[in-house]
Amino acid sequence: MKIAVCIKRVPEMDVKFRIAPSGVAVDETGLKFDMSDFDGYAVEFALQTTERLGTGEVVVISLGPDVVQETLRKALSMGVARAVHLKADSVPADGFAIAQALAAELKEGGYDLILFGKHAADTASGTVGLMAAELLGIPMVQACTKLSFADGKGTARREVEGGAEIVAFALPAAASIDEGIARPRYPSLKGIMAAKKKPMDVKPAQLGAARLTIMKLALPPERQAGRIIGEGAATVPELVRLLRDEAKVL
Amino acid sequence: MANILVFAESRGGSVRKVAFEVLTAARSVAAGGEVHAILAGAPGIAAQASSLSKFGAVAVLVTEHPSLSAYNAESLAALVSDRAKSGGYRAVLFSASAQGKDLAPRVAARLGVPMAADSLSVAFDGDATVVTHYVYAGKIIATLRLAAIPAVVALRPGAIAAVESSGAGRIESIPPVGDPSTSRVQVTESIRGDSRKLDLSDAPVIVSGGRGLKAAEHFKLVEDLAAAFGNAAVGATRAVTDEGWRPHSDQIGQTGRQVSPDLYVAVGISGAIQHLAGMRTSRTIVAINKDKDAPIFKIADYGIVGDVFEVVPALTAAIKEAKAKG
Ligand SMILES: Cc1cc2nc3c(=O)[nH]c(=O)nc-3n(C[C@H](O)[C@H](O)[C@H](O)COP(=O)(O)OP(=O)(O)OC[C@H]3O[C@@H](n4cnc5c(N)ncnc54)[C@H](O)[C@@H]3O)c2cc1C
Ligand SMILES: Nc1ncnc2c1ncn2[C@@H]1O[C@H](COP(=O)(O)O)[C@@H](O)[C@H]1O
Repeated sequence: MKIAVCIKRVPEMDVKFRIAPSGVAVDETGLKFDMSDFDGYAVEFALQTTERLGTGEVVVISLGPDVVQETLRKALSMGVARAVHLKADSVPADGFAIAQALAAELKEGGYDLILFGKHAADTASGTVGLMAAELLGIPMVQACTKLSFADGKGTARREVEGGAEIVAFALPAAASIDEGIARPRYPSLKGIMAAKKKPMDVKPAQLGAARLTIMKLALPPERQAGRIIGEGAATVPELVRLLRDEAKVL
Repeated sequence: MANILVFAESRGGSVRKVAFEVLTAARSVAAGGEVHAILAGAPGIAAQASSLSKFGAVAVLVTEHPSLSAYNAESLAALVSDRAKSGGYRAVLFSASAQGKDLAPRVAARLGVPMAADSLSVAFDGDATVVTHYVYAGKIIATLRLAAIPAVVALRPGAIAAVESSGAGRIESIPPVGDPSTSRVQVTESIRGDSRKLDLSDAPVIVSGGRGLKAAEHFKLVEDLAAAFGNAAVGATRAVTDEGWRPHSDQIGQTGRQVSPDLYVAVGISGAIQHLAGMRTSRTIVAINKDKDAPIFKIADYGIVGDVFEVVPALTAAIKEAKAKG
């Protein structure tokens, strides 16, 4: 099985972000970057799938400036065979523009399966994968928590409100990965050494026009500082009073 | 003046509440234009159309087909994008529910336009559309400008309260586009959770449990408290879903569900940043934790320092009593 995984480089999220003076970007000073979490699950799932089948190849693709090569290199050190860097000065906010560039690269790749993350940790949009699949004209299953293949067909599980759906689809196809499928492995020292020699194709990204743009970024209104109203079960009557009279939620 | 097309989501033959929220949002931007709704499902779904008229759909376009009984992504994408094209709409609105998140990007790509996902608000500014949307794990709120017509926007469930409007609507039947039974992606099985249970995105109150509960069977405490509220759903942290005490679908946070109920009760939850990313926009937050320095207390409107095994049963009893009094 030939599998492509689209991976995005994003900042690690467990920090306090600052807005850059431009007002439309985050201040990147001091931020650490890594593969977006769901994309990591997708890479791991792709590797496990080819390892289980004993044949096939996993290719990773990332669109962005030169620094995305670090993220691609990390995937190579996990065991991915080769990487494609779609070079762009910056990553647009417009998911459709990104999807157009990814689809242009994926079109001739002869992939049986194209994987995405459920959403990127920075945009939290979840649009790029579905749009790319539409442009390619292949079936797509969004947010899979299980995924398996037999006889040229795929079966996936998707969580929906109050339940789940089992979905059957034909290959070649695309899918995006939700949590619960696979936890990414840590690159081994051997993997890191091997990655240095693995091929990295660099091509200009054929981005579509950006028609979704950021006008402003702002920190959400701070919640009022928390308040401890008391200790132990003796505080329960006071809590109920506050919920009824102050918060008005009872 | 602008005509707006709304995808009126249904499941199992019933319109979902999120459809009314999206209709309400559509009315607020239509500025005298008409709001039209697409309702698709198995034969019989047309009976639900009048509920959409009540929320302001001037026209309900109904498509019935046996292969639309479950969510049929490809067939609906063709149906909605065809109608969006032929109807000359200013915007096409969806809920950012499981269905809407799946369908809206497909429709946008077919229309050759970008879209705004999981938006908290939507407004028109001339030919542009302006939305707000959480980015960076809920830590930053972005104002985004969409310069394309139709504007495809998915609205976060619960972000806009559904409000009825007087006025009757016409009902038209429209055929499916292509043969829905030949879609390459088919739902073969729908697994229903306990149907008496409210879903996280529908519930005004969420009671959520963390590792502080120490074992799967102790989630009974959380369920009893939720039952006492009567309008509550049960959520969990990743520590809990990793342990297998609750299904992954209950997980709230950066990699789980994002919720903003009127009341969120955090039981034995430390308040890790990844958990806060999924619930910090809740209107009122209550936390019960034995560690007075737990980060959850920094954002809780009302914190009680104490043992969940002591405080939660007392709270359940007190809520029952308060509810009984009305
Ligand atoms: C990439 C990434 C994504 C993540 N995504 C998510 C996500 O989506 N959602 C999520 O929830 N987490 C997520 N996490 C995990 C997160 O970092 C925390 O580990 C997790 O939220 C902790 O869950 P918890 O509060 O239940 O457990 P803990 O942090 O172990 O907290 C348990 C709390 O219970 C209290 N306690 C113990 N006993 C009692 C008692 N008897 N009475 C009262 N209080 C008691 C303790 O004082 C403690 O504060 C993610 C982590 C990473 C790295
Ligand atoms: N710049 C990028 N390069 C490669 N893949 C991307 C890029 N942006 C988004 N993706 C893929 O699309 C998924 C969804 O992104 P989004 O629609 O922004 O939430 C991500 O999880 C990645 O798999």
